[in-house]
Amino acid sequence: MVTALIFSGYGINCEEETKRAFELAGAKADIVHLNDLIAEPSRLKDYQIAAFPGGFSFGDDTGSGKAYANMIKNHLLKEIKAFVARDTLTIGICNGFQVLTSLGLLKGTLTHNTSAQFIDRWVDLKVSSDSPWLKGIESMSLPVAHGEGRYVKDQDVPVALQYTDAEISNHFDYPANPNGSDDDIAAVLSDDGRILGMMPHPERAIEFHHLPHWTFLKEKASRESMALPDNGPGLSLFENAVEYFN
Amino acid sequence: MIILDLQTVRIDISSKIKDTRASQLLTSLSQLELSSELESLQIVDSYTIQADLTAATIKKAANNLIDFKKEQLMIATNLHDFDFAIEIGFLPGVTDNLAKTVTMILKDSLKQNVAINVYSSQVFLLKGNLSEIDLKQIIDSLHNPLIQRARIKTSQEFNRHPAKPRFASDVDTKKVGTVRCTSSVSKDKGNFRRNSNKEGMGIEIPNVVLTNKQEITEVDLNVDDAILTELGSKGILDNDGSRRGPLALGLDYMKAIQAYFIKEGRNPTDIELESIAQTWSEHCKHTIFADPIDELKDGLYKGYIKAATNQIRKDKGDKDFCVSVFSDNSGAIAFDDEYLITHKMETHNSPSALDPFGGAITGIVGVNRDAIGCGMGSRPIANLYGYCFSDDSKQDLYRDKELTQKMLSPKRIMEGVIDGVRVGGNCSGIPTVHGFSYFHPSFRAKPLVFVGTLGLMPRLVNGNDSCQKAARPGDLIVVLGGRVGLDGIHGATFSSVEMDSSSPATAVQIGDPITQKKFSDAIIKEARDKGLYSSITDNGAGGISCSVAEMAKECGGCRVELDKVPLKYPGMQAWQIWISESQERMTLAIPPENWEEFNDLMKSRDVEAVVIGEFTDSGRCQVNYQGQTAMDIELEFLHDGLPSRQLQTRKPSQEWLEQNTPVVSLQLDNDLLALLANPNYCSKEFISQQYDHEVQGISVLKPLQGRGRVNGDTAVIKPRLDSKKAAIISYGLKPEETDIDPYMMAARSIDSAIASAVATGANPDYIAILDNFCWCSSDESERLYQLKETARACYDYAVAFGTPFISGKDSMFNDFKGYDTNGDKIKISALPTLLISALGIIDDYSKVVSMDLKMAGDKLYLLNATEGAVDAKANLSFYRRFYSAVQTELVASAMSLAHKPLKLALAQKAIAGQLGIEVSLSEDSKISGAILVSIDPLKSKRFETLFPKAQLLGEVNETKRIKINAEELSLEEATSAYRAPFSNYLNDQKKELAGVN
Repeated sequence: MVTALIFSGYGINCEEETKRAFELAGAKADIVHLNDLIAEPSRLKDYQIAAFPGGFSFGDDTGSGKAYANMIKNHLLKEIKAFVARDTLTIGICNGFQVLTSLGLLKGTLTHNTSAQFIDRWVDLKVSSDSPWLKGIESMSLPVAHGEGRYVKDQDVPVALQYTDAEISNHFDYPANPNGSDDDIAAVLSDDGRILGMMPHPERAIEFHHLPHWTFLKEKASRESMALPDNGPGLSLFENAVEYFN
Repeated sequence: MIILDLQTVRIDISSKIKDTRASQLLTSLSQLELSSELESLQIVDSYTIQADLTAATIKKAANNLIDFKKEQLMIATNLHDFDFAIEIGFLPGVTDNLAKTVTMILKDSLKQNVAINVYSSQVFLLKGNLSEIDLKQIIDSLHNPLIQRARIKTSQEFNRHPAKPRFASDVDTKKVGTVRCTSSVSKDKGNFRRNSNKEGMGIEIPNVVLTNKQEITEVDLNVDDAILTELGSKGILDNDGSRRGPLALGLDYMKAIQAYFIKEGRNPTDIELESIAQTWSEHCKHTIFADPIDELKDGLYKGYIKAATNQIRKDKGDKDFCVSVFSDNSGAIAFDDEYLITHKMETHNSPSALDPFGGAITGIVGVNRDAIGCGMGSRPIANLYGYCFSDDSKQDLYRDKELTQKMLSPKRIMEGVIDGVRVGGNCSGIPTVHGFSYFHPSFRAKPLVFVGTLGLMPRLVNGNDSCQKAARPGDLIVVLGGRVGLDGIHGATFSSVEMDSSSPATAVQIGDPITQKKFSDAIIKEARDKGLYSSITDNGAGGISCSVAEMAKECGGCRVELDKVPLKYPGMQAWQIWISESQERMTLAIPPENWEEFNDLMKSRDVEAVVIGEFTDSGRCQVNYQGQTAMDIELEFLHDGLPSRQLQTRKPSQEWLEQNTPVVSLQLDNDLLALLANPNYCSKEFISQQYDHEVQGISVLKPLQGRGRVNGDTAVIKPRLDSKKAAIISYGLKPEETDIDPYMMAARSIDSAIASAVATGANPDYIAILDNFCWCSSDESERLYQLKETARACYDYAVAFGTPFISGKDSMFNDFKGYDTNGDKIKISALPTLLISALGIIDDYSKVVSMDLKMAGDKLYLLNATEGAVDAKANLSFYRRFYSAVQTELVASAMSLAHKPLKLALAQKAIAGQLGIEVSLSEDSKISGAILVSIDPLKSKRFETLFPKAQLLGEVNETKRIKINAEELSLEEATSAYRAPFSNYLNDQKKELAGVN
């Protein structure tokens, strides 16, 4: 069975739904507290996927993701580097993405939204590069929920996802880009495509009722005698990760 | 911790890239009426670090605080031109969460446990030809002098060559009233002072230095009634002639205490008297709800509220879904065969008036602990909020006659409260799924801040009933979480009286969601299921004095060693340690054999847990401090020794009502555009959008509904990822009706909560409700009459609807006594307010109905439009029929008229669906229990058979126009009117952003 390690602790708070998403996709997923991994770093060797979930590690104090990344740098850097050097997949979602840029595993940086406000809403995304995570996906809609999601480029970077105008932003009349990111960047990849950092939350979009307009879609489908999808759009990302190892 | 001979280093960090915080702040400060333009603004994040290390070592470690991709160490050359520098930091002793994280980062990178103190601050560099008055305005809006300090320098002063730095000797700590730490720079209460002898901002250290001798004092109760009265109202007299702050004990209570200590043959210690005051406070004992009132010997709570639940449980028989009601920190009902759902609503009104951010964050994080401390621990799954604000900022108010203690404006209160709940909820990873904001001028001094938390708890924990818990003699008393400081002294007694100039600033605190998140995860996700503790409760009002004494009831006694309580700084008095409400703490009873395993787990989760004593069966609450007995009294007296008071009510006369009812026209402007833009009805998207409502992946119906993003009256969550069962959440609140008819106000509030839940798809036979009373002037017999009428209606209508109360809370003195700008006395009482919160459970989330119109061609019907008094029997039978219609998927959209007039409801449904409507209405009268629906024309026949009395109002169309009788609006006009009032808070949707440097 494909195995996924999900980081937790110090204010990470999306570990349960991230675990659920991996399990629905067919993986065996374990939530591991950062301190337990620091106490026993060799545990990383047991896993094929590492996930840094969303949350507010250390309350975003001194800048989102920074303090959590510092702890990893101080205690686990060697093991994390060995992990990503293997044929593994790594994902950082929201706060996890901020941890990965702070660790230097992904290029660029994330900072306060142009609005300087936290924002929770759905966005449309288009896929811009190849990656095991994104196989077969061209576009998808997912929710974002962040105060520091504005991606700032410092060099050329493989862009995974870009905010775009599509179904959700048309339905709700939202501007495409929720945070003022450079080039509408919502997610980036490592050069080899195996590390994905993304601000949107695929784990919050794995069931139909997660969609913000599902009551409308349900009514429409009933009038047109169409079937409704069982899953939300985010699940395919987790399925791709499991598929990569099968 | 006081550390001598420490190296002090100041780290200033500026932004390398566009700082959007600065540009948004510039925009908002530019809205002040300044005499000249504020041209630019930069923000510098600063940390003042004291450590037993070399400056070079500190600076090297501090590199970990900087993300060099976007930040840099501030030096003169990387600053833009500016004229003034303003620094805002915390006052001594105020919770500084950022500093706590910085300390952790430094210690972790040094890989050694060295003494480090950190103080965070921000420097705002302003450019502009600003006058003293301009600067005063800017500083006023940047900080709250009750918790923060401000300093200003001109750019010349800022850039001058360094003088010899002065360190901690700058700062003295002074005791004012009970306890208040004041740094030298803020002594002049909110006025700022130029400070000009250092390079940059220089170093200022706001540490707490307590120099008073720690001692336990005896309080002489062999005194006359006048002295007893003064002692009870103003507090214990200290040697320096100052009073420690309100005990809120009336003469009858003081005499009962006097009699008890005559029996004990001695005077009480200060800690005993303070402890009794906490335990007997209105805030903790709810005496007004407990005492006999008129002919009702059982009082309002037992006679009406609890009696209703008992009656309903009996009526429901084997369909009773209540599991643990009124006995715990939250109420618990059955969710499914394996889980219970818990619910609690709290208020945090008085602290939110003084420090809106701190009051609100402490409120939301505090009510989360009502879930964590319910049963053996319920996992918080959703937060709720309800705000009663004023939008009238015209008149300044002061707490004192000398006009030095200015109250914050209603706008500041609103912004701070909204922020506090955001930070508390978002940082805790608990979705804030629903809330409301209600505006009335009576809330301009003291807002009402309702905060609630739903939790999910397995029925069985470690094989045992999760609701059963009891400390046993011999169990260790363990306190975990945050440390104890001077913050939050006298919160319980303070909120039990009116707010005036003597209200203690120490009652104000700032919550720390991350400390709580760490222990919440460690308890709920790990320790609970290992069965490591026998009981758990939250530390709220009264701190450990209440939580330990409360748990001691379970086994019959306790003995506490006060020296073992971990403190934020040394020098606190015993009574302060005992009653401090410093936040983010839980108290547990742990069998000694489990302590090691429990403590190892907590250590590995970075949670501080400490044994502070032992539960006993001595029948007494015993507290020792520094080898002395500080407290030793009978538990029974502590909990039940307070004499009951016979309350008398008087029906308000017409004359009384005219004098006491706020003169505010409740006549709504009936024009549709005006209704849409009314602050009570307009879009609150700016709140919904900044609250994370999707974390945990449980959202079904989100706060904003339909294409047009209209705030819904209800929310729906699916708490278990692997089940279709869902919970529907709604509310009822009608404070503007209390002075007209309190009985019918309560009836309509209960009906509103039920009607809006049913409109969304709730089963009317599976709804539990919660009561929150926020009254004013509860020492007046007229207000007590209104209270009693309200409670009487609560009984009658809860029983008639079959909706049991499962939990409740009251706050009886929402009054402000102060002065207007002329120094004339003014009393502002909040409208007597009842909040009913409803929680319904349904089997299948997919049957839920949203309020937005779905398709052109659909028919619009009004159901159950009845005028006059609420007819519970008729409404309930209609609600049951409506539930069956929803179950057979007949309804395309629905909205109850619980919270708004019919015409407005129609327009909101159109805006939500972004579809046109054409309807004709007869008179738009006050109706209860009505639901407005849209129906697929193919289903309308079946629908009309089920609801033969349904009134067909009109049709949905593609015209993009709203036509109601003769009134006509374009959808675009209506949508922008609906969104306009708070649109300036929606930064992401503003077209242009102000210039960024």
